[in-house]
Parts: sequence; structure tokens; C-alpha cells
Amino acid sequence: MDLKPLSSGPSPEERAAVDAVLGPPDAAPGAPRGLAWASAHRHLLLPALRAVVRRVGWVRPGALGYVVERLHVPPAEAYGVASFYALLPLDARPPAVLHVCDDVACRARGAAEGVAALRASFGEAGTVRDGATFHTSPCLGLCERAPAALLTVAGEAPREEAFGAVTVERAREALATRRAPEDVRPPLPQRGAPELRLLARVGRVDPTDLDAYRAAGGYQALRRALELGPAAVVRALTEAGLLGRGGAAFPTGKKWQAVAQAAVRPHYVVCNADESEPGTFKDRVLLEEDPFALVEAMTIAGFAVGAEKGYVYLRGEYPLAAARVAAAIAQARARGLLGPDVLGRGLSFDLELCRGAGAYVCGEETALFNSLEGRRGEPRNKPPFPVEAGLFGKPTVVNNVETLANVPWLLLHGARTYRSVGTAGSPGTRLFCLSGCVVEPGVYEHPFGVTLRAVLERAGGVPSGRSLRAVLLGGAAGSFVGPGELELPLTFEDTKQAGVSLGSGVVLVLDDTVALEPLLLRIAAFFRDESCGQCVPCRVGTERQEELVQRLCAGRPEGSRATELALLAELGQAMRDASICGLGQTASSAIESAVVRLGLWKGGAS
Amino acid sequence: MSLHLPVLPERRTVELTVDGAPVSVPEGATLLDACQKLGIDVPTLCFARNLAPVNVCRVCVVELAGARTLVPSCSRKAEPGMVVATDSERVRLSRRLVLELLASSVDLSTAPRVTEYLARYGARPERFGPGAQTVAQPVKVDNDLYVRDYGKCILCMKCVQACGSEAQNTFAIAVAGRGFPAHISTELDVPLPESACVYCGNCIGVCPTGALMGRTEHELRAAGAWEPERQTEAETICPYCGVGCSLVLTVQDDRIVRAASNERSEVTRGHLCIKGRFGWAFVR
Repeated sequence: MDLKPLSSGPSPEERAAVDAVLGPPDAAPGAPRGLAWASAHRHLLLPALRAVVRRVGWVRPGALGYVVERLHVPPAEAYGVASFYALLPLDARPPAVLHVCDDVACRARGAAEGVAALRASFGEAGTVRDGATFHTSPCLGLCERAPAALLTVAGEAPREEAFGAVTVERAREALATRRAPEDVRPPLPQRGAPELRLLARVGRVDPTDLDAYRAAGGYQALRRALELGPAAVVRALTEAGLLGRGGAAFPTGKKWQAVAQAAVRPHYVVCNADESEPGTFKDRVLLEEDPFALVEAMTIAGFAVGAEKGYVYLRGEYPLAAARVAAAIAQARARGLLGPDVLGRGLSFDLELCRGAGAYVCGEETALFNSLEGRRGEPRNKPPFPVEAGLFGKPTVVNNVETLANVPWLLLHGARTYRSVGTAGSPGTRLFCLSGCVVEPGVYEHPFGVTLRAVLERAGGVPSGRSLRAVLLGGAAGSFVGPGELELPLTFEDTKQAGVSLGSGVVLVLDDTVALEPLLLRIAAFFRDESCGQCVPCRVGTERQEELVQRLCAGRPEGSRATELALLAELGQAMRDASICGLGQTASSAIESAVVRLGLWKGGAS
Repeated sequence: MSLHLPVLPERRTVELTVDGAPVSVPEGATLLDACQKLGIDVPTLCFARNLAPVNVCRVCVVELAGARTLVPSCSRKAEPGMVVATDSERVRLSRRLVLELLASSVDLSTAPRVTEYLARYGARPERFGPGAQTVAQPVKVDNDLYVRDYGKCILCMKCVQACGSEAQNTFAIAVAGRGFPAHISTELDVPLPESACVYCGNCIGVCPTGALMGRTEHELRAAGAWEPERQTEAETICPYCGVGCSLVLTVQDDRIVRAASNERSEVTRGHLCIKGRFGWAFVR
């Protein structure tokens, strides 16, 4: 490899920020710590670049040059990596940036109008005033407090603060003071209800205190797992019929079994906490309010599949969740619940927290591995599947946060009790993210099989005097369903049969005050923004889909509306059939469902 | 060439069915290998025999019984009992759309194979309207040896592979950005002479669309003087060093207008160095 260094060097601040992640360089000026060290630390590329952004606000060429020199990564490749992630800007930015969500759930609560007012008052997105600017952002996962924003302030003591109930006044206050205004966090609607499994501790047990977690039953499941042995733990998962909650509903026991039996070593456990599906915030609530449960569940997973190392890949836009999980890992380590001798039982397992950098596609499991390895978050072709060749090419269990949250409860209560609620095909409970036009938005836990109507009613339904127009079920990658479909039982099997998907548990409620077309435009723009660009059907298809939706919304079809709708359907089929990953395969789902299920552009709703 | 090969243990074979016909391929072969063995012409764009398949163009997709989606034949390994259809309605639709998406966004005028595919699948890229976004941009001419016309780039990744660990190990280029604006780039988009490029031209050798082209060819084409019907090809051995790379010289009017190497050559596997690819100005 013949590397040509970038011309300009780092500033002292940038150098210090990078060295804080990579350790000090060798004594010889500019000498890398050896090729072997560099290739073993390639995965620190993203953390190093993130540290630069947290210190100075953006990736200056000199800082990029210093990082590639330290890690011996080709500059073109590192540039390609940085340019992939929204939170690693390569253009000059002021220290304070307000990321204002204008995605679907916030739009249902007036975000579009709010952003327009902010433009009128502060200037276009990107305008810099007194070292601060704003940009619009895809879903920030604060949908119960919509409209939401995230303030990032670079500097010696960098800050990231999310807040809800954004108004022009609150946004301008944040930009002027570089502090988030007071954020009222509504309590969990079902707090303390006896039937709760996954949310039982939320709002009741101090999430920052390991002793409080243990007093509330924490770490009994790990002890139980150690008594049972790895094979029995996997068997319990299989007997309980636990299905993955990330969207694909793959049997978790089968996944764990495959990794446990894999001959290649080492094995890894990865928690997919890159919750980015628009309208989804359930994992955030678990991470913020019950982080020790995740640590315990991953330790159980490590024990069951023979992994000594686990990674939590947490989306970059969740500062509180990151702080809570980091603190939980540190406390668990300090108390011998992570490390070389967990619980004094000879079990070696430790966890590392890694943060995403603004890329929805990294929620796709193989894109997540690439991102963890310090590469562009491009999904890999499957097969091989992660259980065979996952993180660093080794057998890997990768589970969603909610899936893992089921594990301790399941082991303590047994498979039979676990199956006592839910249906035969979808045992247990499910978290639903209620947002949009509902009286009491928030995360709810219901047994599988609950009807959509019951879920809406538990959240208070639409505000009085208004009527339900549609529900976006499963997120931007999900489907719209109409008011005539409320008896749908929410299970994997029933939704599949109805041609929709539970996805990540999104129940985004839209009443008659919300126009559908702007939401469809936002969804089309979302997928165009978030496509990784690797495969043609998704890279060009999401662009063409947005153009088509724009023409249909503007009432200016190319040819007739019928030919445009036919083209939209063909495009959707090609994206579904021929894209590499789930992003492209589902990018047309919501838009097509608006046409097919709600009758949009066919003389129906508009 | 005669080689004394050691006697290898018999390779296991895999039996599968493609378009109703049984076919047997060695273990490790792809569905594309199986199709080619049966003489089925599967279109490919991002596939090259001398590089690992990246399966990003998706024009080679086939329908595999039991699979939820279509699968890329260039990279999917054949497994016993697979039942594959290469010309089903689903396959034809996806291939047609992929070709329409490319032809509506990229200048394919120097990619003759694609024109043939467009006709075969009845592709009508104009369906996306005159306002369809394209990757049109000025040609990058920043050095004496070759030009980069990214308005013709389909992001097949071949140049990045050839520049990187699969041939040259120079790593001067990579993909930057994401989604539709994703593009091949040096670090910070600096001109080639400021990058790590060593001008081996192996990126030109693997480019399927003519986005990367030697300057001689580019200038002849711009002048309307690139005339394939007046060209001949001559196979020879590179005169420079002792490696003995095989060269394929394209000659027009007694003048060498292009030097390449055959991807099937056991010496080069299609790759050359700066001398072999560009150092023939002395030949008259």
C-alpha cells in the first residue's frame, strides 16, 4: 500500500481528541504504532472521527489526515467512510447544531410548520448565527414528545441534549443559549401495571443504580442461566418461541443455537440498538430506563453461545441512552458482573458500547457489522448469514434490544409461563410505539394478538372531535392501514396474512387534520436520503420513487396518473425483489400501501 | 502451455436445475457458472472474471425457488437441488427496471453491451420523464494518461477493487457519499495527481462503461476519429521487464490507440502497470 498523506495537519485540539481515543502515538514524531497495531484497531476509525466532531464540530481535512496516519487507513477510504455518515460532516459547521426532526411522527404534531417558521425567523437550514445553526433531521426517536430536536455542542466539554415539544421559541432559545430548554418527559402510560414484563421496571427502578436493579430481581436470570447451562438456556428460548423483534421475526433460539454450535472461534454477541425506523422509540425507553437488563441479557447470551465479547451498537442520536448504558456497563464491570470472572463463576464476558454516526441503514445487521468494523455501513450480501460469518467475519448473534429484554424474564418464569399470553404463532408480549394524533403517546406493552383498535383505545384514541384517517403500522418501512382495519390482531401471522408488517412496533396515528401527501413525500425523501447507494434498484429506485411521488402530489403526472401508478408499482416490485437488503426491499411499502389500502390518487383520500 | 499438474482429488459436484434443465457444476461454482454451462446468456454489468463478485448492479438476478427475493447469480453459490429460473416474469421485470434506472440516470453511450440488453428486455428509460435526475457532470481531465467521465459511471465498484487489494494495492479511490449522490472519489475529491494514484490504468481495464478511458481514445472519440471498423487487434508480450505480461494492442491507421490485457491471461489476469498500459509512444 502506497499511502500519500493529506497535506494539512491537525490542530492541537483535534490531535488531542484523536489521541484520547487511540492513545498517544509512538515517540518518533508521526510514526504510526506499527502496521499490526493499526490493522487491529481499524474499528476505531469511527470513534476517532466522532471524537473530532465532538471537539471541533466537523471533520476538518487536517484531522482526517491525522486519523488516517494513526490508523494507516488509505485517505480515500477514510474519506469514503466519513462521507457516508450524516453525523461526520466534511463541510465546515459551527460548534452548535440543532437537529430539528421533520419526520413523519413529528409532522403529525406540526413539525413541518415549525420548521417553516424557524426558517422564516432564523434563516434557511445551515445559516450560521453566533456559532450556531440548525438542520432538519430524520426521526430522532423522541416521538412521544414530538416535535423533537437534538442539540449538539462541540468543544472541550461537548454536549448532546435532546428535547421535545419544539416550538420556534424553544428552538431559538437552544440556538442562542446552546442549552436545551427544559424537557418535560411524560411518564410511562402503563407504569407499574402488574402485567408488564419488559417494562416492569421502567419508571419504578432507578436506572442508574445497580443495587436498585438487583433489589428489583436483577441478575437472578443470569444465576438461573448458569444453573441451567448453555444448552438449556437456548432450549428455553426455543420452547418459548421467542421471535426477533427487529422486524424479521426470526426464531431467537435457532439463532443462538447456530452460533453456539459454530466451530469457528471467537463468537460475538451484538445488540442492535441502532433504532432508527421513523416512529420507533421503544428501544430508547428500554436503554434509558432499564439499561442493566440489557447488560444482563447480553451476558446470558454470551454464556449461552460461547462468546466472550459483546458489542452494543447504539444510534448516534440517543445521548441519554448512551450515557445510561455506558454507566451500566461500567458499574457491572466494577462489581464483577462483567469481566474475566463474572459472578466468580469463571465466566468471561465483557461489553463495549459503540455509537452510530447517523445512518439508518446501519440498523441492517450486516451494515451494522461493517460500521462496527470502521467501514461504510453497506449491507453485505447474504448468505453467508451472521451466525456463520458476522462481525469480523466470525459467528455472531445479533439481536434487537427488545428481543434481548425478553430473555431474563423468560428464563426466570419459564417457557410455559412465557407462552401464557400471546398466540401460538406469536407468543409473549410486544412493545408498541404510539405516536402522532393520540391522546397519550408513548411505549405500550401488550400481549400479541391485541387488536389495533384496543391498542389505539388504550392510548386514548384520537383527540376528541377528530376522526381517524389512517395508521402507519411498522414505520416508514411498514404500511398504512385504514380506519376499516382496526380489528386486525397484532401478531406476526395475522399482519403477514393481511399484507402488512408489525415491523418495529410503530403505531403512528393520523387523524383528519393531517394531510397524507406531505407524509408520503417525507417517506420517499427519507429512503432516498438513507439508501447506502450500493445497489441500483435502491440507489436509483429511491430517487425515481421520490420523483414519482412528487409528480403525483403536484398533480403533474408524466403521461397519465394511471401510467404513473403502474410505473410506481413496477418500481416497487423491482426494489422489493432485486435490492440487496431490507432497506430497498421495503422502501416502497408505505407509499404503495397508501395507494392500495387508502385509495390515494385513485379518487380516494388526498 | 504444458503444465505438470498434481493429481487432485476428485472435486465434488453440485446438481441443480436451471430453466428446467439439470446441470452439474463443481462445488463452489456460482449460479452464473451453472447458467453459462448451459449456454444461458445472463446479462452482467458489475461482474468481471478477474475480480470478486460485488453483486451491486442486480442485472444478473435470477429466481430461486423458495427464496423470498431474487438472488444475484454472479455471487450466489450453487447448492444441491436448487431450482432456478432465469427468464421468469419476475426476473424479466427486475432486469428491465434495473436497466431503465441505469439508462435514465447514466450516459451509457460507450457501453455497447448495455444497449443490447436494453433492447432484449424492452426497457424504456424515458418512462421516468425528462426531469429524471442524472449523474451528468463534466469529464475530469487532470492528468496526461487518462480521463474520468463519471457521467458514465454505474458504480460497479470494479475500479475500486482493481485499485485496492484485488490488483494494484494503491487505494487511491473509494466510494464517497451515499445514496444517489454516491460516487467514486479520491480523498476530499482531490485531482488524481495529488492522490496516491500510480497510473497503472487497471481501473480503465475493468471499467464496463467507458467512464474511465485512456486519453488517446478519449481524444479520438471527441474528435469523431475513433473508428472501430478500421481497428485491428494485435496480441504481443510487453517489452519492458521480465514478467512478460501479455498485451492486446488496438491499432488504428498504423498507430497504437489502446493497450490492454486479456482477463484470461495467466500472467496478468487482465492487469498491467503504467509502462505496459501507456508506455508505447516509442512504437512507430
